[in-house]
Amino acid sequence: MAILVDENTKVIIQGITGGFGGRHAQLSLDYGTQVVAGVTPGKGGQTFNDKVPIFDTIEEAVAETGATVSAVFVPPPFAGDAILESVDAGLDLVVAITEGIPVTDMMRVKAGMQGKNTRLIGPNCPGVVTPGTGPDSHGGCRIGIAPGYIHKKGNVGVVSRSGTLTYEAVWQVTSMGMGQSTCVGIGGDPINGTSHLDVLKMFNDDPETHAIIMIGEIGGTAEEEAAAWAKEFCDKPIAGFIAGATAPPGRRMGHAGAIVSGGMGTAEAKKAAMKEAGIVVAETPSEMGDALKRAMG
Amino acid sequence: MNIHEYQAKELFEKFGVPTPNGEVANTAEEARKIAESISSNLYAVKSQVHAGGRGKGTFKNGYQGGVQIVKTPQEVEEAAAQMIGQVLVTHQTGEEGKLVSKVMVADAVDIEKEYYLAILMDRENSCPVIVASTEGGMNIEDVAEKTPELIHNELIHPLLGLQPYEVRKLCKKLGLSGDNAKGFAKLLKSLMKLFLECDCSMVEINPLVTTPSGEVLALDAKFDFDDNALYRHPEIAELHDPTEEDPREVEAAKYDLNYIGLDGNIACLVNGAGLAMATMDIIKHTGGEPANFLDVGGGATEEQVTNAFKIICSDPNVQGILVNIFGGIMDCDVIAKGIVGASKQVKLEVPLVVRLEGNNVAAGKETLKNSGVDLIAADDLADAARKVVAAIS
Repeated sequence: MAILVDENTKVIIQGITGGFGGRHAQLSLDYGTQVVAGVTPGKGGQTFNDKVPIFDTIEEAVAETGATVSAVFVPPPFAGDAILESVDAGLDLVVAITEGIPVTDMMRVKAGMQGKNTRLIGPNCPGVVTPGTGPDSHGGCRIGIAPGYIHKKGNVGVVSRSGTLTYEAVWQVTSMGMGQSTCVGIGGDPINGTSHLDVLKMFNDDPETHAIIMIGEIGGTAEEEAAAWAKEFCDKPIAGFIAGATAPPGRRMGHAGAIVSGGMGTAEAKKAAMKEAGIVVAETPSEMGDALKRAMG
Repeated sequence: MNIHEYQAKELFEKFGVPTPNGEVANTAEEARKIAESISSNLYAVKSQVHAGGRGKGTFKNGYQGGVQIVKTPQEVEEAAAQMIGQVLVTHQTGEEGKLVSKVMVADAVDIEKEYYLAILMDRENSCPVIVASTEGGMNIEDVAEKTPELIHNELIHPLLGLQPYEVRKLCKKLGLSGDNAKGFAKLLKSLMKLFLECDCSMVEINPLVTTPSGEVLALDAKFDFDDNALYRHPEIAELHDPTEEDPREVEAAKYDLNYIGLDGNIACLVNGAGLAMATMDIIKHTGGEPANFLDVGGGATEEQVTNAFKIICSDPNVQGILVNIFGGIMDCDVIAKGIVGASKQVKLEVPLVVRLEGNNVAAGKETLKNSGVDLIAADDLADAARKVVAAIS
């Protein structure tokens, strides 16, 4: 089971001929992920690392390979268009790794996706990993840039806005001898495709997920909305962490979305909302694993 | 990215958002000439710095008020002479204040009523939102807290854009009619065009004023641009004034490092924005005070790490350094080599605590061990925070 992707998921890499996309395409292949196609306009007919056929368009890639998911590694000026191309082709899931897409582009992309069946994760995210059963969790599905080896197949769902902070949580879970069902990085941009709440709902419905770690950061109110829902409807124990308690207001902390403005989006407000919902909140990032244990009782 | 008031005025003029007559001056004499050409009976002389509270600010030479309202071109010259080349301290500048190198001279128009008007990107609804209020000229956050019913929001469809009925709704709520309503409609349409075409994340007019002659004018403006979109607006990127920023932030930007200076004494160097924030948090939680936010990114090079070190070491308040790297894909050995490289170029005079975890961590630890660099190794993040706090106390 797991959510969103599993070992059978067929994946397209958009921007496979770029340095960044190519490197991570190869790492995903090494992990055992079914990377079945690459798309780079103008490079159709070539082959990536003697293994993966490259197409000019997503439409052709889907027709030839039956892929249902794509990962977007194309540079920011072209990323919005790349996402919309995958939506047009009717893919189930698009994972946008690209960092630095203009917010107005994402606003239009999201409006253009209204009424379509494609789910977008990201942009500016580490991607999605469903660990496999092989050594170092190989044999699973790795889409994006997360290190595969820190994972372990198990029953903890992880959802987070940040990359390295997710790895920290995943590593703590793995080091405790537990494992993950699926890890989802939803990205650090102010406008993104999938929220904490969307992922919580999926984890709640997934029999393989027994407990959840939700990692948020300052800015916006997505964590509060997820917490309010969890209080009413989530049957599973949740541990949480919010980064940015010491961030000065009005400054963007690396992520475009990580900003406290007009007294909104503070770490305190988010932590309070999570506690109010019965979520066990880790006070420091090194206690995320402990918080999970406490939540699970 | 922020811009100066006079630059905002120039953008407004380009997009047809009406503002009072006025121009920017570099010298007191220029200021007088501008006043003479405006030819009014009342002038505003305004210090150009990126900080609020200018009117109530004090110059280090003792002169009171970074914004002056005066009656003659001669008085404009005198006020400008007191401001230009002087350091203005306001509640937003901190004690060090900001150097004023330009002033704006504008017609101090008769004001009938002040309003508040802003457009920003609403992240929850993924569209622009117009925020308007009859309570202009005040701190809008105070208005929102005390009288939220006086703040009116209008969400704008991301593809359809501003519709005439939305303007009519706002006019009704703000009590605008006749010429004022027509002027407001025109101004708002221009402002929305500017907001979208220039990739703003916020544009705020406070106050927006109506005049006895029926005009609607933007008296002051604050802009924030989406940094992600600056690549397609070179003319806006050029408005960036590095003298308004922390020199260490300017230096960091040159190497694609994300640095924000803070008031504490424990510097940190981290990969990833979320982990960097969390590292600041754990320093504070352990009883220390973070000196900065610094994200070296997911794919940092040895050179970037070396430069990051130089930047944090140039902060005189720093008494200890915490390096926290979770090398997912990033090679811990690259970080280790960067630290060694930096320690050869920068004389490290404060305790250095290093926590490395992840990809190729054994090689990284070996590199540090063999380098002879004086450092304290930590097992995990909590251990690292404890050690750095202990080392400086």
